[in-house]
Amino acid sequence: MGLKPTYGRVSRYGLVAYASSLDQIGPLTRTVGDAALLLQAIAGHDPLDSTCAEVAVPDYTAGLREGLRGVRIGVPKEYFVAGLDPEVERAVRGAVEKAAELGAELVEVSLPHTPYAVGVYYLTATAEASSNLGRYDGVHYGHRAEGAASIVDLFSQSRREGFGEEVKRRIMLGTYALSAGYYDAYYLRALRVRRLIKQDFDRAFERVDVIAAPTAPTAAFALGAMADDPLEMYLTDIYTISCNLAGLPGISLPCGLTGDGRPVGLQLFSPAFSEERLLGVAGALEGVLGPAGAPPNL
Amino acid sequence: MDTELILGFEIHTELKTASKIFCGCPTVFGAPPNTQVCPVCLGLPGVLPVLNERAVEFALRTALALGCDIPGRATFDRKNYHYPDLPKNYQISQNYHPFGTGGAVEITLRDGTAKRIRINNIHLEEDAGKLLHSEVPGADWSVVDLNRAGVPLIEIVTEPDFRTPEEAQVFMQTMRSILRYIDVSDCKMQEGSLRFEANISVRRRGDTALGPKVEIKNLNSTKTVLRCIEHEFERQTEMLERGERVAQETRLWDEVRGCTVAMRSKEFANDYRYFPDPDLVPVLITAEMRERVAASLPELPAPRRRRFAEEFGLPEYDAAILTVDRAVADYFEEAVRICGKAKPVSNIIMTDVLAHLNDHGLDMEDFPVPARSLAALIGLMEEGVISTKIAKTVLRRMIETGKEPRQIVEEEGLIQISDTPALEAIVDQVIAANAAAAEEYRAGKDKAKGRLVGEIMKASRGKANPALVNELIDRRLRG
Repeated sequence: MGLKPTYGRVSRYGLVAYASSLDQIGPLTRTVGDAALLLQAIAGHDPLDSTCAEVAVPDYTAGLREGLRGVRIGVPKEYFVAGLDPEVERAVRGAVEKAAELGAELVEVSLPHTPYAVGVYYLTATAEASSNLGRYDGVHYGHRAEGAASIVDLFSQSRREGFGEEVKRRIMLGTYALSAGYYDAYYLRALRVRRLIKQDFDRAFERVDVIAAPTAPTAAFALGAMADDPLEMYLTDIYTISCNLAGLPGISLPCGLTGDGRPVGLQLFSPAFSEERLLGVAGALEGVLGPAGAPPNL
Repeated sequence: MDTELILGFEIHTELKTASKIFCGCPTVFGAPPNTQVCPVCLGLPGVLPVLNERAVEFALRTALALGCDIPGRATFDRKNYHYPDLPKNYQISQNYHPFGTGGAVEITLRDGTAKRIRINNIHLEEDAGKLLHSEVPGADWSVVDLNRAGVPLIEIVTEPDFRTPEEAQVFMQTMRSILRYIDVSDCKMQEGSLRFEANISVRRRGDTALGPKVEIKNLNSTKTVLRCIEHEFERQTEMLERGERVAQETRLWDEVRGCTVAMRSKEFANDYRYFPDPDLVPVLITAEMRERVAASLPELPAPRRRRFAEEFGLPEYDAAILTVDRAVADYFEEAVRICGKAKPVSNIIMTDVLAHLNDHGLDMEDFPVPARSLAALIGLMEEGVISTKIAKTVLRRMIETGKEPRQIVEEEGLIQISDTPALEAIVDQVIAANAAAAEEYRAGKDKAKGRLVGEIMKASRGKANPALVNELIDRRLRG
């Protein structure tokens, strides 16, 4: 399973930057208990990271055995729409029903700005990446091309040779989004919509303790399967992007397999700096959904 | 063609903080290359900036001293461009919410007229490193020194309010004076801690629209700035006269050839793609912060100049010169507080003290004579113990020996001769030796007296009391 802590919960110092306003270090573990232990070790303020929060670190293992009685679980209607694989929907709804059997209260919630999340994410992330990756120019860092005739040639040849296709695509997209004349229409507007996405969550969390949803619209696809259609690939991020844009903690855990044996993920979100609640609910669900098990043979 | 100059400045000042703006590295000038660096200012992958609070305080101090509006919230932006002296290939600067906007500097021109130069904005940013070009003949490489990378800079951007080189010159002096008063920078142009970039355009007099502006870099002294303005004004005027269009571009000042040359546009035609730096959080500027910084500001040069003229009854000229440098003004005030004689103190500072500093390339802080001793020297003059002329000699001896003026006067027998019998002997001697002059003066030729006084001063080694000498001559020859 994977836990993405609240933005600012874990220091980014030492983490090679991709999209600085979204990057956040989190545990990838076999069990929820392991995730809690690892988060315990890495969470907390760091004077070397100005965006790292000065919020006290609670005991993350304390809530793991608390159970689900009285927990209000929000089910966002915008996450169960056309494009969601029926097998994935069945597994996720099954997991949510089990939570209800254990005493959780299910509440339908709405996150109306969800359809904009992919666009906002790919503008924000690529813009930041285009700047963060600027330092790999062959002068100080990264691959250095041979035989460049001038400094400008050294920059462009090194970068052309050193970066892969997807990285170059993102640098170009981000550079475009920040260019003179486009900044207001793209980057600045993306920042504004990002605030609306965050407000969606704030409103939902007035009524529920956690939100449950599919982690991705389909089960895992084969490596390189979508290399020719990047846009299609970006769209598979649709369900994980919103909580990232809102800076909220999220956890994904296996909740079953498709007919052909590919794993399906269930994810949970909770308000900022409430990882102990997230881990508690995930821990209780893990008990009934069973441990992750061995990876399927892909 | 009757044209007029339109000029604006971008001023970069290195702040005299002990450490860099986003890391703890020292900012000392002149260290061996790449010895004042760390992962943060080297821009290593994975590092993050942490803002130096002192740099913020200095930025606010500057903004307040120049009368800028200070926002409740200031933010940092990334300015993206590729250059080998910039390890991250972006500079952390301020584009959208700087520490100060608006504001103005009042300058006083030589004919006494005042002019307001408007400030567009003041922002805080990190300096870049330096490229050292190889001294190996034929080398096609340069090396990079990153000691300066991350040194805090304030950039002050003026409106295009200058119309003459004189205005530019007075402004540069005034700006340096203000920045030194508020103690944010040592303002050493030769070390690059104060740099002026000029934006110059020329238009037909009477036109209201601004022409394309030419930005000029690499100006490392006030003299260079002025030469460059004159050159660029002529160059653009000639272009207009020939009916050519002036290109909007960046040019470099070539010191050897004494002209500006175009930078290669391929390398420097930039779209900086500013966006808010996600690694830094907004700086919230509270009313208390603003008040605390405002309270820490000293009296600035312009009000101090007015006060010197009024409080000490000094001529405008004296007040202006004494207040250019805060340490000089402090020195003057301390000496006057002790001896109570403003004009004599002003005279000796403006002539002898400043000349000494100038001749030896010293700052006021390095002047070896304390204000208390200078006051004592003025005291001796006022009591008639020594003459003005002897005072200059005594001051020189004070600088050389560090001794107090009274001791020098006594040891070297420089006390003014005010003793009538002693002086009468000298006067008689000189009259006898200069009988012709004496006869002329007796016959009514006033001019002849000067020669006699000069001879008497010479014979007394400058010690004769001039008033008494005059009286004795009259008594002898016209009595």
